[in-house]
Amino acid sequence: MELFTNQVLAGIATGAIYACMALAVVMIYQAIDHLNFAQGEMAMFSTFISWQLMQWGLSYWAAFVVTLAFSFVAGIAIERILFKPLAKAPVLTNVAGFIALFAIINSSAGLIWDFTIKQYPTPFGSAPFLGSQLISTHQAGMIGVTVLLLLGLYFFFQYTRIGLAMRAAASVPESARLVGINTSWMIALGWGMATAIGSIAGMLIAPVVFLEPNMMGGVLIYGFAAAVLGGLTSPFGAVVGGFLVGIFENLAGTYIPGVGNELKLPIALALIISVLVVKPAGLFGRHIVKRV
Amino acid sequence: MTVLLNVKDLRAYYGQVQALHGLSFSLNEGSLTTLLGANGAGKTTTLRAICNMVRSTGGIEFDGKPLNNRSTESIVRFGIAHVPQGRGTFTTMTVEENLQLGAITRKDSAGIVSDIERMYAHFPVLKQRHTQQAGTLSGGEQQMLAVARALMLRPRLMLLDEPSFGLAPLVVRDLFGILGKINREDKVSILVVEQNAQLALELADQAYVIETGRIVMSGNAKDIANNEEIRKSYLGY
Repeated sequence: MELFTNQVLAGIATGAIYACMALAVVMIYQAIDHLNFAQGEMAMFSTFISWQLMQWGLSYWAAFVVTLAFSFVAGIAIERILFKPLAKAPVLTNVAGFIALFAIINSSAGLIWDFTIKQYPTPFGSAPFLGSQLISTHQAGMIGVTVLLLLGLYFFFQYTRIGLAMRAAASVPESARLVGINTSWMIALGWGMATAIGSIAGMLIAPVVFLEPNMMGGVLIYGFAAAVLGGLTSPFGAVVGGFLVGIFENLAGTYIPGVGNELKLPIALALIISVLVVKPAGLFGRHIVKRV
Repeated sequence: MTVLLNVKDLRAYYGQVQALHGLSFSLNEGSLTTLLGANGAGKTTTLRAICNMVRSTGGIEFDGKPLNNRSTESIVRFGIAHVPQGRGTFTTMTVEENLQLGAITRKDSAGIVSDIERMYAHFPVLKQRHTQQAGTLSGGEQQMLAVARALMLRPRLMLLDEPSFGLAPLVVRDLFGILGKINREDKVSILVVEQNAQLALELADQAYVIETGRIVMSGNAKDIANNEEIRKSYLGY
């Protein structure tokens, strides 16, 4: 039983990271109807920035905040420079754009910081959390930061006017323009926020997977699995999907003989395919209620 | 009478296809003007051109200021509220959020709150459903919501694209009654595009008839309604 509880809690901790990645993917998907394959690399690059800042002597939280701001601005810049001109382009053109972005960021990180694995600090420490062997303080910190982030986002989208405008721009762009919303900037803002959310995921997972240019590859696939499971049209679903995938991954690795660490990733891919076959809209994907 | 909206030699294009061929008309401050015409005559295109949602050339002046080459979202800030064909409801959001979105360019939060109450007084059914997803409203209720959303801007000019479309005759009567009241009491100028010519002419004071992208007839709404020849040849009733 203790093994089970332990695995579930650890699953929730990594699930928090998947939830952040899934949320970032869904936010961009809502805004431009494309999956951002480079989301993980963007998060990785941000994490390197924070590492560099700490190397230069900044404290963890100072680096954290500066990195958030950097990521937000960088996300907006990427949208303005690369994807705004592609807004009316066919799907494949956009996919090519995302792959190019992936390669550019990955190689740049390798060029600047090389491909060797680096230690990344945790501000929470790795002692047992509240004296319990079930979960470490860093894992508890991952969950805590994610929960705070989600509450903040919920408040932002539900109770602020700019959040309302962003939702409107994503759901019916033409009507949004007709009430005076600059939908183009709402998309850019979505990119900025998604990139900042991704950077949080990167900084939280870096102490676990170590810092290197390919650190987010696996994480992003879990993020995609979470987004598909929850439903690509539902930010709430993406978050729930993230936690479910985290727990599922750990339990499968522990209890299904032969899965172990090596087959965890194929399980995520199998999950994506199963959901797409059985319930393409995902668990919380929107069935829009509409009278005609 | 001051001219609020002045359209001169308007030409509009969808790709290579020209939809409007030099259309000119004007709308006086405080008036309720209707654009009539058959399917495909260019009524919707005219409204879309005013809000720069379709490529066009020619002069569009609002209150003496040119609107050409301004983005759709900045034209709203002149006080022009456009209720598009199909109502443009934010179906996944609540009724109240739809109303708030109508006022998204306004800064006076106290005024917005009192205006929402005013809309609920105009349209009691919206108050009953204010937390409901707007997509679950009936067609008539959604049209009420669309008009209320447009009024939340406190517009000087409201553009309405076929408000009667898909509604039961009784609901249409109701809606047109409300539009007349808004025009008289709130001093909102209205430009309404309609296929239901008979009803629109009862409501409007000025009327223009469009055929294949040109104005073919204009005048006092009563005169046009009383002219049997025009009615038979252009309006089909």
